[in-house]
Amino acid sequence: MKFLNLIAVTVSALVVATVATAGSITVVSWGGAYTKSQVEAYHKPWAKKTGNTVVSEDYSGGLAEVKAQVESGNVTWDVVDVELSDALQGCDEGILEVIDPSTLPAAPDGTPATDDFMDGALQECAVGNIVWSTIYAYDKTKFDTAPTTMADFFDVEKFPGKRGMRKLGKAMLEMALMGDGVPASEVYDLLNTPAGVDRAFAKLDTIKDHVVWWEAGAQPPQLLADGEVTMTIVWNGRIFNAIAAEGQPFGLVWDGQVYDLDLFVIPKGSKNKEAALDFIRFSTDTKRLADQASWINYGPVRNSSIPMIGTYHSDSSINMVDHMPTTEAALKNALQNDFMFWADNGEELNERFNAWLAK
Amino acid sequence: MLASQNNSNDEMLTNDGIPLKKKLAKSLFKSRLRAFGLVTPLLLLISLGFVFPILVFLTRGVYNDTFEKYMINLTPMLAEWDGKTEPTEEMFEALVLDLVALKKSKNIGKVASRMNRELSGSRSLFTSSARKAKKLEFPFKESLIQVKKKWGNLDTWRAMKVTSHSLTPVFLASALDMKYTADGTIVQKPEERRIHVRLFVRTLEISLIVVIAGLILGYPVAFLLASLPIRISNLLLILVLLPFWTSLLVRTTAWIAMLQGQGVLNDMFVVFGIATDEDRFTLIYNKAGTLISMTHILLPFMILPIYSVMKTISPSYVRAAKSMGATSWTAFWRIYFPQTIPGIGAGAILVFILAISFYITPALIGGQDGTMISNFIDYHMRKSLNWSLAAAMGGVLLVIVLFLYWIYDRVVGIDNMKLG
Repeated sequence: MKFLNLIAVTVSALVVATVATAGSITVVSWGGAYTKSQVEAYHKPWAKKTGNTVVSEDYSGGLAEVKAQVESGNVTWDVVDVELSDALQGCDEGILEVIDPSTLPAAPDGTPATDDFMDGALQECAVGNIVWSTIYAYDKTKFDTAPTTMADFFDVEKFPGKRGMRKLGKAMLEMALMGDGVPASEVYDLLNTPAGVDRAFAKLDTIKDHVVWWEAGAQPPQLLADGEVTMTIVWNGRIFNAIAAEGQPFGLVWDGQVYDLDLFVIPKGSKNKEAALDFIRFSTDTKRLADQASWINYGPVRNSSIPMIGTYHSDSSINMVDHMPTTEAALKNALQNDFMFWADNGEELNERFNAWLAK
Repeated sequence: MLASQNNSNDEMLTNDGIPLKKKLAKSLFKSRLRAFGLVTPLLLLISLGFVFPILVFLTRGVYNDTFEKYMINLTPMLAEWDGKTEPTEEMFEALVLDLVALKKSKNIGKVASRMNRELSGSRSLFTSSARKAKKLEFPFKESLIQVKKKWGNLDTWRAMKVTSHSLTPVFLASALDMKYTADGTIVQKPEERRIHVRLFVRTLEISLIVVIAGLILGYPVAFLLASLPIRISNLLLILVLLPFWTSLLVRTTAWIAMLQGQGVLNDMFVVFGIATDEDRFTLIYNKAGTLISMTHILLPFMILPIYSVMKTISPSYVRAAKSMGATSWTAFWRIYFPQTIPGIGAGAILVFILAISFYITPALIGGQDGTMISNFIDYHMRKSLNWSLAAAMGGVLLVIVLFLYWIYDRVVGIDNMKLG
């Protein structure tokens, strides 16, 4: 009898557990201050509204895990925050669910979502949420005159000290060309020629001995804080977080920034597809995107969100709009990452980049 | 008749008339079966969970049927095509048919990715042409070239011909910095794209240095452990084992704190005047950092086998040598040291094989010249998603390890290895 009771208890516990997980989705993002902004602006309000729970997981980008899950038929991720190039490649390879943009909520003034999102933010399999940017930041205490241009980053005579750079060809090659005096508008035309690629590598060569290479987005603010480098390439949200939340004496330079989009996708075969879709619809509406911007300075991709952007969550003297990568001042010499260029040439250029690194 | 009689005369029979040999074999067979039954679970686990997946994955290094599987109309035509003449209208028609089908089944990205590895720029060529393929009309050759000029390029077609072979040396060649071309020759890649051979050499070099450094550092420690009274040596043994039980990640991160520019070691150098505050040593994110931390992490694997062999050496040998007039050095070198060789062999091969596939430590502190081949296998597994190339590189690494193992067996002899 005792044994039967035990079974009954176990079974009912299992049933409760399944019910609980039925309303639970796993949202995967890039970790750190960025994930925190999403948890505060998207996860918590959505969980409150629907009664579901959101499990937050971190990853460091790329489609490998999604591909492995879809191909093995064991999909445990429901929503993934990916870069534009990955969203397109994943969609082409059939490992992402198709999302109908007409089901997304309209702006408060009635503008349909398809007109409200900025160019490229709505894809066949993905819905954009932020504009983020690769810029460079420096330690204010190390220099008397502040660096102002991309060329200054590559000038180790005038601005001595180690440099932090991302261990990937993407954005680094573009920045090398801009550091060599190429205007943003001509960068990809030049990179499409062998001479342009040679020129970018030649520029990288000039500071190779001074570079500390990083891979995860949380590393560069740490490298700066530790004094390992005096300047580093960094994602704009991470460095803002170090300055605003941790009070670090860092300055940042928008000249030569390379901006890109992040989008939400659903891996094909997600067991909670409906809940995941609901989460995406909820999170990318005008208000949530504007809310998210008060936690981190990544720009919302909806035009209607921009007037609603408030102040930093813990310091009302910081007006977040001024710190977005999409302000007029920041866009003066800025480059939008060309995903088609990287989809076509990424393999070859990264191979060459790695060979150059290992030399 | 004679032979069988002879036979029955020779054989001893048991009391129930069965030849003894047969009976013995029968009972032995039973016990063998029982023994086999006992190891079956382990055997199944190893073959299903280890050997089989490895073999399946290794086949990816030489077999990739993405193109053949999806480009069903074009593949047979490419096989007949000589790679030199202009592609025919039929081939263009087959291509368009395949593109339309792939667009519909959402598999175009798979083929495009596969093709892009062969010829940069093919990804957009395939995806954008597939988007328009449905509307293309006869003659397909002209209309397809109108969509994208590259279709008129013989190189595009040669790349497709290479890719259409499912069983292919393309990835193995690429793992060795070579390129397999449409006419069946294998040529070296241009200088600025060669990377893997250099990494294989560096991996072997780092592993070898770690083994040698481990021997130099570990041998005296093992000797100390083996010769001290048991109570003290047990305490010291804990000190060896403690880092051994600590997570690899923790130890690696600890080395970052020790070695970095503003780290403990450099701070000490500054205090003692070995380095100036502005010009500190670069001990991390390079080969030096990888070597230092890998040597430390793998040291227990060197110490423990040597220690356990030393424990079995009776001190009376050395005493006997000394009593017969040998100096301390001679007694050590001629008598003691040769007896520890099985332990050294075991430690060296253990450390070497672990080092050659080391991955987390070089990934975290390798920087640009301290990364190893395993980091690139990981890169192709997780970042570039070129699993075939990763499998080919893994295969090459496996062959290198087996080859070195074979050499080791010839030179030292694998029976000469002792773990205790």
